[in-house]
Amino acid sequence: MNQVKFLLTTVFVLLAGLAGAQDRPTIEIDINGGLIEPLPVAVPNFVAETTGARRLSGDIATVVMSDLASTGLFREIPGTAHIAGVTNFNAQPVFSDWSVVNVQALVTGAVSTSNDGRLVVKFRLFDVFAQQPIGEGVQYTGTQESWRRMAHKVADTIYSRITGESGYFDSRIVFVSETGPKNDRKKRLAVMDYDGANLQYLTDDSSIVLAPRFAPNGRDIIYTSYEGGLPQVFLLNMESGRRSQLLDDTTNMATAPRFSPDGTKVVMSIIDGGNTDIYQVDLNTRRRTRLSNSAGIDTTPSYSPDGSQIVFASDRGGSQQLYVMSASGGEARRISAESGSYGTPVWSPRGDMIAFTKIRSGRFHIGVMRVDGSRENLLTASFIDEAPTWSPNGRVLMFFRETAGADGAPQVYSVDLTGRNLRRVDTPSFASDPDWSGVLR
Amino acid sequence: MGLMKTGLMLAALTALGACQNGGIFGSGGNGGAGQTPGGAIEESSLEYFATEIGDRVLFAVNEATLSDAAKRVLDAQVAWLNQYPERTIVIEGHADEQGTREYNLALGARRAAAVRNYMVSTGLLETRLSIISYGKERPLEVCSTEACWSKNRRAVTVVAGGIGNV
Repeated sequence: MNQVKFLLTTVFVLLAGLAGAQDRPTIEIDINGGLIEPLPVAVPNFVAETTGARRLSGDIATVVMSDLASTGLFREIPGTAHIAGVTNFNAQPVFSDWSVVNVQALVTGAVSTSNDGRLVVKFRLFDVFAQQPIGEGVQYTGTQESWRRMAHKVADTIYSRITGESGYFDSRIVFVSETGPKNDRKKRLAVMDYDGANLQYLTDDSSIVLAPRFAPNGRDIIYTSYEGGLPQVFLLNMESGRRSQLLDDTTNMATAPRFSPDGTKVVMSIIDGGNTDIYQVDLNTRRRTRLSNSAGIDTTPSYSPDGSQIVFASDRGGSQQLYVMSASGGEARRISAESGSYGTPVWSPRGDMIAFTKIRSGRFHIGVMRVDGSRENLLTASFIDEAPTWSPNGRVLMFFRETAGADGAPQVYSVDLTGRNLRRVDTPSFASDPDWSGVLR
Repeated sequence: MGLMKTGLMLAALTALGACQNGGIFGSGGNGGAGQTPGGAIEESSLEYFATEIGDRVLFAVNEATLSDAAKRVLDAQVAWLNQYPERTIVIEGHADEQGTREYNLALGARRAAAVRNYMVSTGLLETRLSIISYGKERPLEVCSTEACWSKNRRAVTVVAGGIGNV
C-alpha cells in the first residue's frame, strides 16, 4: 500500500553545456494523421555517474524505450545496432554514429545517487539529423524505489515534446483480477502501473467485486462488492487499506459508481426492486439525491470533466442507448443514433468524446463518438469487448476482451483513439474492468 | 447474514439437481440426499422443491417477462411455500453473457423482481422473500451458444433454512 507514496522533489531544466536548444521541435509526430511510420529512436543505457546507480543505468533506459515503443509511434533501434554507447552525459553526442544506423531521435541520460541516498535521473533528447537538442535537459530526483516512475516521467516528457500531447506513462490502472473456471470465477481488486509493473492486490477473492474507479486524488477507490450479501458500493483508501460501505442500505442493490471530477460526490445506480435509477451521493453527508426516474434501467453514469453533465446508458426507449443529462438530473437527451445497443459510456478527459461499449449482431465493440453523438467510430470488434477507460491524455483506451466458450476469460487490452496499436496489457492472471488513473503527482 | 449464507450454499446443491431434470413441475427426480431408500423424495425437503417442483424459471433474451410455463412453476413454488410457512426464499436473478456486466446486473434484478412481484400477487407474504442479482457473474452453463445462454437467463428460488431443513 505504501508503494503509492513517492516523492518527486526537483524537476529543473539543465542548462549546462549544450547551447542551441530549440523551442519548436524539429521532429514532430502528428498523432491525428493517417498512417504513421514509427519514428526510429535509440535510448542507450544511461550513464551511471555513481557506483550506487550502476544497477539502474540499463533498467531506466529499458523502461523509457518500452514506454515509447508501446505507443506504436516510435520504433526501437536496439542496442545491438548501436555503434557506440554514451559514456559522458555532458559531451555532445557523435551524431554520425546514430544517423548511420537510422536513428532519428536520440535519448541520452545519466543516473546517480546523491549523498542522502536519493536517485537523480537526467536526460536530453536530440534530433540526430538536425544535430540539435529538442528542448532542454531535465533532471528528476526521487527515492530509489521510485526509479520506474522517474523513467516514466522521462518518457512522458519525450512523448510530449515529439507529439505535442501530454504524456500518460506515469499513471496506474486499478482492475479486477480474475482466477478460476468460468462458472466459479474468483475476483479481487488489484492496482498496477500502467505497464503492469508494481502489482498489488487490494482485496482478497472471497466476494465478487466489480468496476473499481479511481478518485481524482489517485488514492481512493470506489467499487461494487458482494461482501455483505447484496451488491453494494464501497470506498477503499489504498494507503490505509481502510474500507467502508458508502450507504447504510440493506434492502437495495447499488452498482456502477464513479467520482465527480472534484472528488466530492459519487454518481451511481441504485436498484430498487427491479428498477435501476441514477443517484448522486455527497461524500461528506452521504446524502443521496435521485437524478433519474424512468421505468427503464439507467446505469453506468459518467461525469463530463467539468462536472456539469452526466452521460449514462438506459433502455427507457426499448433498446440500451446513451443519454446525456445535467449533473443535477432532469431531462435527458439521447445521443446514440446508430443501430445496436450501447453501454458503459465514459466521458473523455478532454471533454470532447465519449467512449462506449457497443453490441450489434452478437459482436461487441469499443467505440468513440462526439459528445453530441456524431462521428461514431468503432475501434475494436470481438466476442466480448467491454468497459473502456481513457488514458490521462485522452489518446488511448483500455478495455477488457473476453474470449468465447467454456474456457473463455477476460484480459485487458489497450488501443489508440484511432483504432491502431491494439495491445494486450500484461497481467499475472485474467483481468477485467480496468480504470486508468490521471497522471500521478 | 447467516441465513443468507446457508441459502446460497443450498442453492449450489439444488442447482446441480435441477439442471438434469429440467425443473418443470412434475418431472421425475432421480434420487439424492432427500430420497428414502426405496421410495419417493420427502416432500418437505429442499431437494423435492428443486427437482419435483422446479426451483427456476427461464427468460427470453433481454426480457424479464414471465412465460405461462414460468408462471406454472411459480404457482407450484407458492403452493409448496404455503405448505411450509416457516420457509423464506431468496430469488436470484441471472443473465447470459450477451450484455455488459453493469446492465446485466440490473437486468438480473428486473428478472428477480418479476418473480417476486408475481409471487406476491398470488398471495405470498412479501416479508418471506428477498431478491438479489448476479448479472452475468455466476453462469450455470459455460458454453457460448444459445444452448447455454438460455439456461443462464434464469431466476432461481433459493429456499432458506427452517424447521425440517435437510
